[in-house]
Amino acid sequence: MDIKFIFVLIGMALVTYIPRIIPALGLSRVNLPDWALRFLDYIPVAVLSALLFPSIMMTKGRLDIALSNPYLIASIPTVIAAYFSRNLFIPVIVGIVSYIGLTILYV
Amino acid sequence: MLEEQEERKDYAGIRSAIPIVIGYIPIGFAYGVLGITSGLSIIEVISLSLFVYAGSAQFIAVSLLSTGVDIVTIVSTIFIVNLRHFLYSTSLSRYMKEIGRHHIPLLSFFITDETYAVSITDLQNGQKPDESYFYQLFLTSYITWVLSSLVGALSGSLLKTSGLNWGLDYALPAMYIALLFMQLADFKKFIVAVFSGALSIALIYLIPGNFNVIIAALCGASLGVVLERWI
Repeated sequence: MDIKFIFVLIGMALVTYIPRIIPALGLSRVNLPDWALRFLDYIPVAVLSALLFPSIMMTKGRLDIALSNPYLIASIPTVIAAYFSRNLFIPVIVGIVSYIGLTILYV
Repeated sequence: MLEEQEERKDYAGIRSAIPIVIGYIPIGFAYGVLGITSGLSIIEVISLSLFVYAGSAQFIAVSLLSTGVDIVTIVSTIFIVNLRHFLYSTSLSRYMKEIGRHHIPLLSFFITDETYAVSITDLQNGQKPDESYFYQLFLTSYITWVLSSLVGALSGSLLKTSGLNWGLDYALPAMYIALLFMQLADFKKFIVAVFSGALSIALIYLIPGNFNVIIAALCGASLGVVLERWI
């Protein structure tokens, strides 16, 4: 475990624990306004796509929207599987199999 | 006599944990495998499960760590991702008030999307909010999460030492896609997703450092709030 990881671990543990404990202790009498609740509701979707788009549309730090990008092309069957199954495992399996298939094809 | 007492003991918390256990096993396993293939050690993978215990945050942390993002950015991204626990804790607080106050610091550590959803449903349907119910539900879920990520990490190490490709480079993007579609409840969320993703790419070109994820996410969520006034 390197020092950077230890700091990340402590930091993550704190910022995860604090929102869990403060309201439970009854320390917060703040009632969040409606817009703040809605804002929090959009955060997971926004974070996931902010991670996803660069991971499939960029290779080596450059935009790469081309048939030769296996990450991008493997995402087509993965999206279809995710749309129809709405679970975690089937799209991951479909994605990995498609990706292996494409990398073999491209070699 | 003693056996009879044992039988009369209430296992409502453990019973309620069963669907969570079934859900956590594959996700914890996947987290363990991905943690290892993204370059973390087994101890690192497990310590996130032990001390952070927040599924989506752990996936996000693994991918940020593997791309060399700085500490402040990782921790602040995780902070906004986990702010929703604030809502869960607020909503559970009126039930937790009925148990000894000294239990609360420990019990509140175990609040996740799933344990919240199950416990609030039980409590609203008349489950008595005693500490044994909470401990059973929370500890069963927690132990399942830690053990399945351990098994995942060990399997990940085996896959890695085998030296074959296994397509694991694509495991993380595939996971994002699956998690994203589980969240896409309506058209507004779809717009937010496309906007945040595109902005995230644009920001990589526009600003140095790795702030693209957190900035794109904050802008995307704000767009969602604004859209609700129009659509």
